[in-house]
Amino acid sequence: MDIRQIKDAIARRSMGLVALGVMSAAFLVGFGLYWRARPVLAGRRWTEILFSAAWHPARGEFGLGGFILGSFWVTAIAMVIAVPLSLLTALYLSEYASRRTREWSRPVVDVLAGISPVVYGVWGMLVVVPLVRDYAMPFLSSRLKFFPFASDNFTGFSALAGGVVLAVMVVPIMVSVMEEILRTVPPEIREASLALGATRWQTTKKAVLKKAWPGVVAAIILGFSRASGETMAVLMVAGCALQAVPKSIFDPAYPLPALIANTYGEMMSVPLYDAAILLAALVLFLLTVLFNAVGWGILLRLEKREG
Amino acid sequence: MEARTHIRVEDLSVWYGGHPALKDVTLSIPDKKITAIIGPSGCGKTTLLKSFNRLIDLQEGVRMEGRILVDDEDITAPGADLTRLRKKMGLLFQRPQVLPMSIFENVAYGLRIHGENDRLRLGEKVEHYLRMAGLWAEVRDRLAAPAAKLSIGQQQRLCLARGLAVEPEVILGDEPTSALDPHSAERIEQRFLELKRDYTIVLVTHILRQARRLADYAAFVYMGELVEHGPAAELFAHPKDPRTEAYISGRFIESTGEDPD
Repeated sequence: MDIRQIKDAIARRSMGLVALGVMSAAFLVGFGLYWRARPVLAGRRWTEILFSAAWHPARGEFGLGGFILGSFWVTAIAMVIAVPLSLLTALYLSEYASRRTREWSRPVVDVLAGISPVVYGVWGMLVVVPLVRDYAMPFLSSRLKFFPFASDNFTGFSALAGGVVLAVMVVPIMVSVMEEILRTVPPEIREASLALGATRWQTTKKAVLKKAWPGVVAAIILGFSRASGETMAVLMVAGCALQAVPKSIFDPAYPLPALIANTYGEMMSVPLYDAAILLAALVLFLLTVLFNAVGWGILLRLEKREG
Repeated sequence: MEARTHIRVEDLSVWYGGHPALKDVTLSIPDKKITAIIGPSGCGKTTLLKSFNRLIDLQEGVRMEGRILVDDEDITAPGADLTRLRKKMGLLFQRPQVLPMSIFENVAYGLRIHGENDRLRLGEKVEHYLRMAGLWAEVRDRLAAPAAKLSIGQQQRLCLARGLAVEPEVILGDEPTSALDPHSAERIEQRFLELKRDYTIVLVTHILRQARRLADYAAFVYMGELVEHGPAAELFAHPKDPRTEAYISGRFIESTGEDPD
């Protein structure tokens, strides 16, 4: 065996090993969290932990339900804002904008995606929270006295503030993925539609989006996944007071990642407290896995139907 | 040629980012005839065809000079209604471009775009145009199947039905049979012969036998230049330009000794 083939064999094995190591990190994280969370699971049912909102560590009650719903609540608000913004921006850039506009918009979007979460958090505290407190909340909550607007939280630190900050954070990621996906739609599809006398908008809506739909769904799931795991910015603006069930976009919300970041390492004298926080981390991990699995499921089915 | 002129091209020049693609083309396309535009690949045939429905506008950095009159209306004028123009000009591409939807929806697409939403009428029209394209018998049982599942020859006939459904006046074919097997190609050709009773047909092709079989009128384009045009029989039998003569007899054009540049 000559030296080239030996090198080749070494390269293959070592890279395979590295790849395996990276992949197994996912399993190790899951297993490690489970191992450390076992004490709190002993003697309690999963359902009790997942669906109960009773969080009284001193009394040994560790219901994560309120935090899980808080996560969903803030993420849902973020997605309601971010999905239309991202989709319309991506559609403009890929279908209408000239090449020059696209060329300078791309780095701008990348910069937005690269800004540190703390910066978004500060911006949220300085701009979004006061806006919610002084305008959105008094305006909407006094007029629309029903779900999801009625609230008595006048601080501005709210699920809405968290959602807005999260939306601004995930928009660049989704824009960039969606634009990428729209650009994979063959130009011939646009030509075929335009040649029939369709307008740009008809072509975009009925032909391009139809083709790009699975990818757009994937981009939304990616954004959702990112938003639900984001910690710092939400922690800073969402108020972080526990709600059993979210009742208003103006109430504070306490998502899982914020709980973990806020409390881990503190109050360790409380029995089972650290195990409960690691359980929260495990739940967050499993939720991420679940979102991704559901996302891929949708994607694969759409692709299959497309033929 | 006493036929009415349907499309009149006047001194048309086209550049792609400074690179000339067509130079000073002047040509009349007669009404309800088949006009074949022949010439080697990359000579500007497709550019000429796609300027008839202004689809070349989609190219980045394209510049046009000269005029194109369709029914005596200048379609190169600023503010020309492109959606109306394109409705008038059905285009068949080199490779069939089915839309990512069912067979039925492909044909209904153009109808819906132009405001037809009545289910019953849509159904009738889709059947009518699928029959006209000679595809109905093959797809009547699976109208809801994705169009991409059809064979390539069937897809091209589907595209023909889709184009006909918006009731164009002109059918533009950009080498519409070049991706098809001989049998499918023949079926498309037969459709064209039937359709020329009601439509003006402009066919870009590099298949000379196809041009001979179908064309009433022929134009030879070479290196962006309209070299010669006239009644097809005459052009094929007695080409006036040595380049045309070389091309239709299958020789290298350079061997005529004339420098095309």
